[in-house]
Amino acid sequence: MAIKKISKVQPEKFEFNKKNKETADSIIKNYPSGKQQSAVMALLYLAQKQNDNWIPLSAMKYIAKYLDMPYIKVYEVATFYSMYNLTPVGKYFFQVCTTTPCMLRGAYNLVDVCKRKISEEENRLSEDGKTSWLEVECLGACVNAPMLQLNEDYYEDLDPTKLEQIIDKISNDEVPQPGSYRGRLSSEPENTRKTLIGNKNA
Amino acid sequence: MLKLKVNDIDVEVEEGTTVLQACEQAGAEIPRFCYHEKLSIAGNCRMCLVEMEKSPKPIASCAMPAAEGMVLRTNTEKVKKARKGVMEFLLANHPLDCPVCDQGGECDLQDQSMYYGIDKSRFKENKRYVPEKYMGPLIKTQMTRCIHCTRCIRFATEVAGVPELGAIGRGENMQITTYLEKAMESELSANVIDLCPVGALTSKPYVFEARPWELKKTETIDVMDAVGSNIRVDTYGWEVKRVLPRINEEINEEWISDKTRYACDGLKNQRLDTPYVKINNKLKPSSWDEAFKAASERISKTKSEKIAGFIGDMTNMETTYAAKDFFEKTIKSENLESRYEKLYINTNVRSNYLFNSSIEGIEKSDLIILIGTNPRYEATILNSRIRKNYLKHKTEIISLGDIGDLTYPYQVIANNTDTIKDIIDNKHEISEKIKKSKYPCVIFGQSVLKLKSAPYIFEEFKNYLLVNNKISDDWNALNILSKNSSTVGSYDLNVLSKNSSYEILDKLENNNFEILILFGQDNLNFEKKNEFIIYIGSHGDKGASIADVILPGSTYTEQDGYFTNLEGKLQKAYKASYPPGEAKEDWQIINELSSFIKRKNLYKDKNQLIDSLINYLNLNNKNEAVFEVPEYNFKSEKIITEEIDYYHSNVIARASKTMSECKNIRMSLPKTGTDN
Amino acid sequence: MLEDKDRIFQNLYNDFGADLTSAKKRGDWKDTKEICGKGREWIINEIKTSELRGRGGAGFPTGLKWSFAPKEVGSRPHYLVINADESEPGTCKDRDILRFEPHKLIEGCLIASYAVNAHKCYIYIRGEYFNEGQKLQTAIDEAYKDGLLGKNSAGTDWELDIYIHYGAGAYICGEETALLESIEGKKGQPRLKPPFPALIGLYGCPTIINNVETISVVPTILRRGGKWFSSLGRPKNTGSKIYCISGNVNNPCNVEEEMGIPLKELIEKHAGGVIGGWDNLKAVIPGGSSMPLLPKETCETIKMDFDACVENKTGLGTAGIVVINKDQDIIKCMARIARFYKHESCGQCTPCREGSGWMWRMLERMAKGEATRDEVDMLLDVTKQIEGHTICAFGEGSSWPVQGLIRNFKDEIIERNKFDPIVKKQKDIPYLVDQHLLEKENA
Repeated sequence: MAIKKISKVQPEKFEFNKKNKETADSIIKNYPSGKQQSAVMALLYLAQKQNDNWIPLSAMKYIAKYLDMPYIKVYEVATFYSMYNLTPVGKYFFQVCTTTPCMLRGAYNLVDVCKRKISEEENRLSEDGKTSWLEVECLGACVNAPMLQLNEDYYEDLDPTKLEQIIDKISNDEVPQPGSYRGRLSSEPENTRKTLIGNKNA
Repeated sequence: MLKLKVNDIDVEVEEGTTVLQACEQAGAEIPRFCYHEKLSIAGNCRMCLVEMEKSPKPIASCAMPAAEGMVLRTNTEKVKKARKGVMEFLLANHPLDCPVCDQGGECDLQDQSMYYGIDKSRFKENKRYVPEKYMGPLIKTQMTRCIHCTRCIRFATEVAGVPELGAIGRGENMQITTYLEKAMESELSANVIDLCPVGALTSKPYVFEARPWELKKTETIDVMDAVGSNIRVDTYGWEVKRVLPRINEEINEEWISDKTRYACDGLKNQRLDTPYVKINNKLKPSSWDEAFKAASERISKTKSEKIAGFIGDMTNMETTYAAKDFFEKTIKSENLESRYEKLYINTNVRSNYLFNSSIEGIEKSDLIILIGTNPRYEATILNSRIRKNYLKHKTEIISLGDIGDLTYPYQVIANNTDTIKDIIDNKHEISEKIKKSKYPCVIFGQSVLKLKSAPYIFEEFKNYLLVNNKISDDWNALNILSKNSSTVGSYDLNVLSKNSSYEILDKLENNNFEILILFGQDNLNFEKKNEFIIYIGSHGDKGASIADVILPGSTYTEQDGYFTNLEGKLQKAYKASYPPGEAKEDWQIINELSSFIKRKNLYKDKNQLIDSLINYLNLNNKNEAVFEVPEYNFKSEKIITEEIDYYHSNVIARASKTMSECKNIRMSLPKTGTDN
Repeated sequence: MLEDKDRIFQNLYNDFGADLTSAKKRGDWKDTKEICGKGREWIINEIKTSELRGRGGAGFPTGLKWSFAPKEVGSRPHYLVINADESEPGTCKDRDILRFEPHKLIEGCLIASYAVNAHKCYIYIRGEYFNEGQKLQTAIDEAYKDGLLGKNSAGTDWELDIYIHYGAGAYICGEETALLESIEGKKGQPRLKPPFPALIGLYGCPTIINNVETISVVPTILRRGGKWFSSLGRPKNTGSKIYCISGNVNNPCNVEEEMGIPLKELIEKHAGGVIGGWDNLKAVIPGGSSMPLLPKETCETIKMDFDACVENKTGLGTAGIVVINKDQDIIKCMARIARFYKHESCGQCTPCREGSGWMWRMLERMAKGEATRDEVDMLLDVTKQIEGHTICAFGEGSSWPVQGLIRNFKDEIIERNKFDPIVKKQKDIPYLVDQHLLEKENA
């Protein structure tokens, strides 16, 4: 994984809002006392959600103080895990899985759509500034390939046309229905289910 | 004891040893990069793989605890192949810049690739480039060379106690850095340079200065503080190029402080390389004869009780002893003093002014009380032992007053003498703690000995420890932390006012002397009036600026000399270089000055001086010195730990550009324009 | 073929709903108290009888693992940790359990916690499974409300609290000790073993770590008996398993089947066959991306269980079956897998950090036909240098697929990369050409 770039533009200050502070405190309680450092991943994620989907340096400092751990340890964690964005990303953040199982089913065609309809390069904002995309590794929905993650939701069983429709909707600020785009409710085989037949339409 | 077999050789090792240590005991050399005796085990370089019976994979010997009945092999084809493989991976992305790398010639990667690697590279891809990181004025980085052994990270986190280094990112793009690339806030930071097995972290002040094989290496000791760290001084011709640590488990293990290592450029700057005599209120360079004449004439004309001498903070014991002889025999005066501030010293027994628990002993202490001392700055290496103890045993550490970050947590209690009185009177919670403790360690700093109630505190506290059986043959809880390398040696030579009174210092303040002879003493606190000042020393500092005659002397790297460290260990510093220009060794100056006054040398040669010195020490240690404890009273006062200007604490450090740079960065002043 | 009544995950396709009421209708949480009432020894023995092997990839006997936990709780508490960091390409079975059968998992957690003396259980879910985590959280909340968790969980007199810990995008956190590091709030870098987590695990305390599927089948096994489970499949490869069939098949799907079902049956019957017909089959990765691929000939006959896979120089792994047909470029497919491993290497130890990128780059060149003939053997050598020399099993995981490729398709790689380095024609690939020879000619 390439080293993450840190955004040049950084807000001066970061602080959890009231709700997130409560959430943070309750997360810390999930761990034994004195092991508050365990909450660092969750808190970074909270900070990311609060700050338009990316984590500024001031948030790392804030969290380090919050959990009484050295800055560098928070920094290490933030750069180690791929889900933390250290530069601004779009309000609608497409993550296209291109690992082999998805690739076999045409994931790179989805990438082409993203390049065409969002931006030429990964991690660059679209012209309207709302969207960006990124090629990611296996998202763990291989049976529903090709698929992508839009913010927190999975969009599965896609093809280029369907992805184009999704992006079009997004540019009108309409969030399309997540899930399978071939009408599957799960990872059952389409049409040819051979197991749990009695349960069907239960 | 565990019995193992290594390459068919039977070995017995203690429980808790690693396989790597067991193999070494059996005489099998195990290559390694990440493993280091003094650091936690990372097991990440994979260079130390050995074969273990019943294990399908080779094992990392550094991380595997030895167990009864293990059968190990370190010389099989499988092991050799594994080492070659790891070596190839390490070199795959390592740049081919050995010819311009400062580590060249003392590089673990170079050496080990010669023994364990293969002769050519099969790696045809582009090599990885890693951007430089700023890590302060001492550490030069060339991160492309990094092999990610994480020794530096572990050192900073564990030994130095400043978790400021880390590895960011992951996989092949992992990079070692400080948080947002700032200088490490540690006085031990430069040890990472020694730890770095490759040229990723090299010495910034030493950059491109020399190749290791060109340097003359002299094993000696350090004088920047009273610890007496064991060091190696590398010289190229006259110039001291660098200072490196030597291993001495009792004192500095294998670390040295940044000041020990980097004040050495101060040996080149502001040196007094010719005698000076003040003519018409202006110091003029002169010959030795002229200077000696000027000094001796003035001395001969003056009444002996109007002459006083002061020993400096880095003066070796030969010089001190020669000065003592000079005052006793040549001038016939008793006015020789080694203190520059009024410290209470009871010279009845040596243990009254030593760090009795010993530096190594700190490790087993179960209660540490700091009174008027900041060991982080006064004795950095000693402080790292306290931290080591803390990490191992979570020992309770208490300080009278908040003295800032010591790299370990401590409990702060009220910093006044009443606290001490309460402890002694068994009214304080700490009294119980001391009594319960098996190996308490009470550390008095010089700031306490300066107090009005110093006699009370010292004598009563000592008595308290005695009564509670904390001072015995087994363990002595009483510790004085001296700041300077000459302090204990001078006390051993009894270079103090009579009965360690403040008579000489008082007289100095009242301008009662006519001639002052400063033996490298630059810290005197007095207003000069009509005193004629003779300065014998190495640097143009405070002492020289007020002098009327300057007799240029030598530093610790330019003459052999004994020093006694704060624990009372007598150690010898060896001559690694020679004094600049006309400057002479200090004892020689005193010897010749004596011949100008009395037409007679004090000593025939240096051997005579040393014999006489050792003889005195032996006798004096046996003799029960007579010190009468003055009458004392309790006085309620605040104990304020004097702050010391760490990077500028002595003449050598003050003359060092590197130290000034460190100081500026610590004070977060903007860097100078010439610096990129 | 497994009969429907013997399928453990009745709601694998979400026919009923994942809520507690539906789950109870399917038999979850029935007799939990009685099961625990039979005691730890009984539970562990029953699991041993069932010969259940871990479903997370390594196939370690679960009963044996549990027996490693100290019998008595000492000064340090015990922990149960559930590994739901499902990231192995080709695998998406735990996701369905989390979202459709969460109560099987929670009940399994209670029984397992009881068996290993743990009062706290952490479920480590990969960060991308945010919605799945929320569904599990809903189920946990339901369980608390119903008294199935908490002080006196399900009337067992056992106190258990379950917490979800989200990952944040790191495949390596599926390695059990990396997962523990991650829960402790550090980078997910695997620990050195020994010590093993059963003695020194989370926060230095005894910790048992199991995969989601492993724990989820436990209640059913105990209800129907270890003998019943072991009657499925063959000795040491018992029970049923969720297979994920993805890639070039007509109907990619998850399906629970008996251990040892022929691979061909899985592909042809459940997944609707290979796209373009069976003859269009090129190769199959049988157990998630880290297992060596199988050529078509082997796919005809191989039965999908742990030992049969090993006999065929591969592994069952997570049973994530990736089917690759002849329309695909097999070298490119494996190069993409190598890129995955390069991306996910934690960077801690040398062979993996330096080797994974090297393998990927070589494979990329090989896919383009820019490598030389001798590099194929060199690539194999590099994989051997990684394998077995790393801290964790990632070294094997990243080198085995490449080894599988070379073992089965070496001819194809050489066919594409048969250049002699000094052939002039290849001037435009500078690193293939001995520059000195070129200069001579120019002179």
